[in-house]
Amino acid sequence: MAVNLKQLTQHEELLTGGHRACAGCTGSNILRQIMLTAGQNTVVGGATGCMEVVTTIFPYTAWRTSFIHSAFENCAATVSGAETAYRALKKRGDLPREETGRKNFIAFGGDGGTYDIGLQSLSGAMERGHNMVYVCYDNEAYMNTGIQRSSATPLGAFTSTAPAGKVKQGKEQNRKDLTKIMVAHNIPYVAQTTPFHWKDLATKVEKALAVDGPAFLNILMPCPVGWHFDTAIGMQLAKEAVESNFWPLFEVENGVYKINQKPKERSPMENWMKQQGRFKHLFRPGNEAILENIQTYVDEQWEKLLKLEEMTAK
Amino acid sequence: MEQKLVALSGNEAVAYAFKQARPHVASAFPITPQTEMMHKFAEFVANGETETEMILVESEHSAMSAAVGSAAAGARTFTATSSAGFALMWEIVYVAASLRLPICMALVNRALSGNINIHCDHSDSMGGRDAGWIHLFSENAQESYDNAVMAWRIGEHMDVRLPVMVNYDGFIISHTADALHMLPDDAAYDFIGKYKHAYTLLDPENPVTVGPLDLTDYYFEHKASQLATYERVPGIVQSVSEEFGALTGRTYQFCEEYAMDDAELVIVVLGSSAGTCKDVIDEYREKGVKVGLLKIRMFRPFPVQMIAEKLAGRKAVAVLDRSASFGGQGGPVFMETRSAMYGQQVPVNNYIYGLGGRDFDLHQVEEVIDDLQKVAAGEELQLINLLGIRS
Ligand SMILES: Cc1ncc(C[n+]2csc(CCOP(=O)(O)OP(=O)(O)O)c2C)c(N)n1
Repeated sequence: MAVNLKQLTQHEELLTGGHRACAGCTGSNILRQIMLTAGQNTVVGGATGCMEVVTTIFPYTAWRTSFIHSAFENCAATVSGAETAYRALKKRGDLPREETGRKNFIAFGGDGGTYDIGLQSLSGAMERGHNMVYVCYDNEAYMNTGIQRSSATPLGAFTSTAPAGKVKQGKEQNRKDLTKIMVAHNIPYVAQTTPFHWKDLATKVEKALAVDGPAFLNILMPCPVGWHFDTAIGMQLAKEAVESNFWPLFEVENGVYKINQKPKERSPMENWMKQQGRFKHLFRPGNEAILENIQTYVDEQWEKLLKLEEMTAK
Repeated sequence: MEQKLVALSGNEAVAYAFKQARPHVASAFPITPQTEMMHKFAEFVANGETETEMILVESEHSAMSAAVGSAAAGARTFTATSSAGFALMWEIVYVAASLRLPICMALVNRALSGNINIHCDHSDSMGGRDAGWIHLFSENAQESYDNAVMAWRIGEHMDVRLPVMVNYDGFIISHTADALHMLPDDAAYDFIGKYKHAYTLLDPENPVTVGPLDLTDYYFEHKASQLATYERVPGIVQSVSEEFGALTGRTYQFCEEYAMDDAELVIVVLGSSAGTCKDVIDEYREKGVKVGLLKIRMFRPFPVQMIAEKLAGRKAVAVLDRSASFGGQGGPVFMETRSAMYGQQVPVNNYIYGLGGRDFDLHQVEEVIDDLQKVAAGEELQLINLLGIRS
């Protein structure tokens, strides 16, 4: 399953340009890369959120494959319905067109639509075993409605609903580890990646689509508006999120963990955070303890991940 | 057409009707009193009597969402629920109608919380009355079955393409064995016909974008086109009912008239309570009281014209509502009926009854008819009344 950049670039673009994502958005890039791998015979469902809003506005659409949006919290259930319909129609010879080859079903949602309001719908669809891939593009807040905190927002980050002020210093909780929650569903394939790591991403999309049953991809999506950074550096931040161990590249295939990239020496979280306005307040005097907590948490999570890899090695 | 006479509960009868449509997909989540209907259907699937794929979801919200995904993919799809389950679906109930997906749903009517109550009233269905579905109501197992056969034809008609809700009263109909005539499977399927989609997500050569962002420049036009559809629905319901009547001998109108020809006093009601009213009306008729019944079968779209015509010139009308509109002026059936009668000089009163499954008995009907007689004689009674509550 070797991914070849030259080949990928020759695939048809299924997410067209001209959509209305912000300058420097890495989310449209994620979708574009996924679609290059998935191909035309794909049904895509999107949860309410930035990516659905910027790719469809009547009478326009950026989708060259079929696309459905129903609501914020139900993307997994909606796509599970389409996938079931496909099986039912196929069984009876009722499909609109004779088909050869694989049909892909991809559902995507932001972290709000996935970690929070859509978690039940996602959990149900994964447990039922539908042949579909759920992609969370994780920009670590509800961006579409104005940067409110979600359960994916990291400790200390400034959001509109958990701002930094005289007595509060941004979000007071650590982020939820959704990827592991998905691993606990014992589905065939779960992975984390970023849009910077195009080869890793394409390989994981390919693997996720190939498995018999459900798969889940969690993809970090640096957001210039919500994270407050220069529009040019989104991809750089995706890269550094991996180098700091904040967002490890790993996959879990049939329960076996594999870390796809192990930094020789992890870079300190501060380096990554300093480039993002959402963490600016943490560098004021008096907030050293929070910075320390953030670093400790990331290091602990990394250690746990290493152990999981060791424990599940075959 | 020769039809089998069988004894079935309402839930079983509807499960049969749905099986006869050979749906591709059914999504379901348990809630009393709908449960039995899905048990029965699951048995059909387990025994290979239908090839339907079931999606056994983790909530009613997902039941409706999965139904939307399935129907948008071009599959004949149904679900079923009651009460809180319907309330949980609410957001997606609108989506189903707006995306013009002819999903069928059995809504086994049950009171809404709180406090929690498992018995019949119509507050669940009424909560969704503006969502864009066609609402059919049933008096007994026979009508539940017949509605559940006709629902597909109505919703899937290319000039309609709307979801249809078959309402039948929780426990009173759903759990009571009743005699009914059923079409043979093949005849029912021939009547319903093979499913045709209006659009599908599954044709890679004709990709569609469904449910896009739709703002100030187009949303209203889309709603205008949806609104225009409901004007077409009654004609199609009528032609489907006539065809069904020719096949089965059972012809339905938007409203059933009982003892209406010379009626001076009229009761308007939905669902199983019509049967109770008919019994008492028979008694009063024997005593010479000219009382009749107008049973509404199709609550959405509301048959304004028929109701206005049928009630014109009567001496008094009593509208019975098995749900309340808190802070509103009477129950929803009352509001709609009175509005349909605008400009008429006929006095109309409202009776809220049977909430949370409170028995609707003969005495309550007697009370209503006695009131109707007083109103006809010129007495002015309270506009909105509660029937059958303890003092
Ligand atoms: C039931 C419901 N609640 C709230 C909203 C409002 N809403 C729309 S998008 C959104 C935020 C989406 O956040 P996320 O899933 O993180 O995606 P992003 O906007 O970051 O792309 C919210 C709160 C909604 N559409 N539906």
